[in-house]
Amino acid sequence: MVAVTETLQTINQLAGTGYKFGFETDIEMDVAPKGLNEKIIRLISEKKREPDWLLEWRLKSYRAWLSMEEPAWARIVHPKIEYQELHYYAAPKGPAPKSLADVDPELLNMYDKLGIPLNERAALAGVAIDAVFDSVSVATTFRESLAKVGVIFCSMSEAVREHPELVRRFLGSVVPAGDNYYAALNSAVFSDGSFVFVPRGVRCPMELSTYFRINARNTGQFERTLIIAEEGASVSYLEGCTAPMRDENQLHAAVVELVALDEASIKYSTVQNWYPGDAQGNGGIYNFVTKRGACRGRKSKISWTQVETGSAITWKYPSCILQGEGAVGEFYSVAVTNHFQQADTGTKMIHLAPNTTSTILSKGISAGRSSNTYRGLVRIMPRAANARNFTQCDSLLIGNHCGAHTVPYIESRNQSSKIEHEATTSKISDDQLFYCRSRGLSEEDSVGLIVNGFCRDVLKELPMEFAVEAQKLLAVSLEGSVG
Amino acid sequence: MLEIKGLRASVGAKEILTGIDLTVPDGEIHAVMGPNGAGKSTLSYILSGRDGYEVTGGAVSFDGADLLVMAPEARAAAGIFLAFQYPIELPGVGNANFIRTAVNAVRRARGETEMDTVTFLKEARNAVKALAMPDDMLKRNVNVGFSGGEKKRNEILQMTLLKPKLALLDETDSGLDIDALRIVAGGVNAARGPKFSALVITHYQRLLDYITPDRVHVLAAGRIVRSGGPELAVELEQHGYGGLEAA
Ligand SMILES: Nc1ncnc2c1ncn2[C@@H]1O[C@H](COP(=O)(O)OP(=O)(O)O)[C@@H](O)[C@H]1O
Ligand SMILES: [Mg+2]
Repeated sequence: MVAVTETLQTINQLAGTGYKFGFETDIEMDVAPKGLNEKIIRLISEKKREPDWLLEWRLKSYRAWLSMEEPAWARIVHPKIEYQELHYYAAPKGPAPKSLADVDPELLNMYDKLGIPLNERAALAGVAIDAVFDSVSVATTFRESLAKVGVIFCSMSEAVREHPELVRRFLGSVVPAGDNYYAALNSAVFSDGSFVFVPRGVRCPMELSTYFRINARNTGQFERTLIIAEEGASVSYLEGCTAPMRDENQLHAAVVELVALDEASIKYSTVQNWYPGDAQGNGGIYNFVTKRGACRGRKSKISWTQVETGSAITWKYPSCILQGEGAVGEFYSVAVTNHFQQADTGTKMIHLAPNTTSTILSKGISAGRSSNTYRGLVRIMPRAANARNFTQCDSLLIGNHCGAHTVPYIESRNQSSKIEHEATTSKISDDQLFYCRSRGLSEEDSVGLIVNGFCRDVLKELPMEFAVEAQKLLAVSLEGSVG
Repeated sequence: MLEIKGLRASVGAKEILTGIDLTVPDGEIHAVMGPNGAGKSTLSYILSGRDGYEVTGGAVSFDGADLLVMAPEARAAAGIFLAFQYPIELPGVGNANFIRTAVNAVRRARGETEMDTVTFLKEARNAVKALAMPDDMLKRNVNVGFSGGEKKRNEILQMTLLKPKLALLDETDSGLDIDALRIVAGGVNAARGPKFSALVITHYQRLLDYITPDRVHVLAAGRIVRSGGPELAVELEQHGYGGLEAA
């Protein structure tokens, strides 16, 4: 592993600036007026030339949202979000690009800067990429080679136009429009996102990946992602996210729905690096995300892996509904909070069918004055005979001013089920730091090494190409957390 | 060359080192012996830069530089290595990765090029073999689940790969059986040369049967109370440390 060396280089490059993705891109934007009302929703739908059923669905969601309230149970605090002060649509001006050649060079430049090559030849071997800039998808690579095996990988807007029957059948089938406050908001105003369909028996031949980028000011970002794996299909998908550094907070409320049919498997990985705010707690993304997978089929499998280092506030609980007999749900998570970041994250494993199993492995790292909460629900329903869950929650504290909390909810309504829960809390000890430093590692490299060790079991679940990236990110996020 | 002059140090209100004078020229191996609680580990920690000790007097120079102002990692880069009396566990951190990271950190600090993985692993495997350690030693997590003897050997493995100019071995022999002792001593003897010096802290004459020291010092109540040649170790083994404080 070269991670630590690279980490050092990254830290040196940063030289105190902290967040290396914090630049702004100067692009002419088409922005909807501020505020949220039915007119805006109609405008969004019209801009995207959507069918009536979708507009109706949006409006219904909007009305549901109006009657709902922000949830108050999470261990987070923030000033009131002024929903009427936000823009709900922003897109690069001009007609939608038809191919990479039509994409604004300034945008391609930005993705280059982020280290994301959209040029197919230059792209990471075997990774197809969809890039979402503010509200719209700007480029999807490798589409033709995927199409050859029947895999559909495109933006959500395109899927609505090209595959309306699939979208209509599955959209909102896992996360209903009125599921929760943020999901309802997303359903009303979602702009774009990725759509993946892997047909029966097909193993997707490459990693699929989406990069989300918030650029515009005072603009909410609401993507909607839908992944469907038919019988015996399998796919691995990764999302990455970054945003410019800004003093004000920005709202991000995405919804991700996964559907796995008989013996299908979906692996969904996230490297979340939205701007976390500065060391004093100014700015940063409010990340209120609903992610849920339905293991509908027999022996289907959904695996969530997340590395959460960014955002001022993270509120997300990627979940699995284990409906098919013998279905498998997994949740592997690393959540890092530093400075004034707040994370309330975890998972829900809902066992509905017999012989379903779930595994939860959560690693929380808190530094600075941050707050890091694991919140997880394991629910075993009466029909879920012989269901099993194993949960391991480990917290690592750096310094004396941060908080780590573990809030497990366990509900078992079946006598034959087996649930195991283990939790540990530890600190990086002075002995460990001194041991590393006495071998020549700087203090920051020592922290990076120890933290990466702590997270190892989760990091090894990430696709290889991204594991090294994630390790670097961990070290950089904790910059300035000791000493 | 290490030069310690009148070193005094305390923890809180307690004075632990009460005035140490000690010079270790390049190429020499010095043994430091003494009863429990004499301040041997404290001395090794202060030399390697651990926090928590207040130096209240004296000076330490290494190759002419003031050692006491340097960060621990800078001391490692300058060529100082401490084999811990109680090596520390690093869960999830692979041993090979750890040592290679350290080797390259030190090389970078010295303005040298980094060692590539292939070269490193070759050296590391040879060293593992020479120390008669199990093959999986490089894959396991640093000191996690190691037996006492394995931990001590792992310190010598790190020393071998980091190639320090001055090694501080803090009771590396305690808890080792005679075979392991021989192997560990072999590791130190292999490093011997005009550019290598060592301060070998030990309770027992036993280790010194295998590593012949140039000088032997007795540390008691925070200062060196006697110095001599290898024969001093034998004398101590026979008569114990009793009465030395007064000497
Ligand atoms: N951190 C500390 N706090 C308080 N007392 C300490 C600390 N470290 C060492 N001491 C004391 O200093 C003395 C010397 O300890 P040490 O250097 O470990 O001795 P040795 O290695 O020779 O057995 C002992 O009395 C020990 O209790
Ligand atoms: Mg000791």
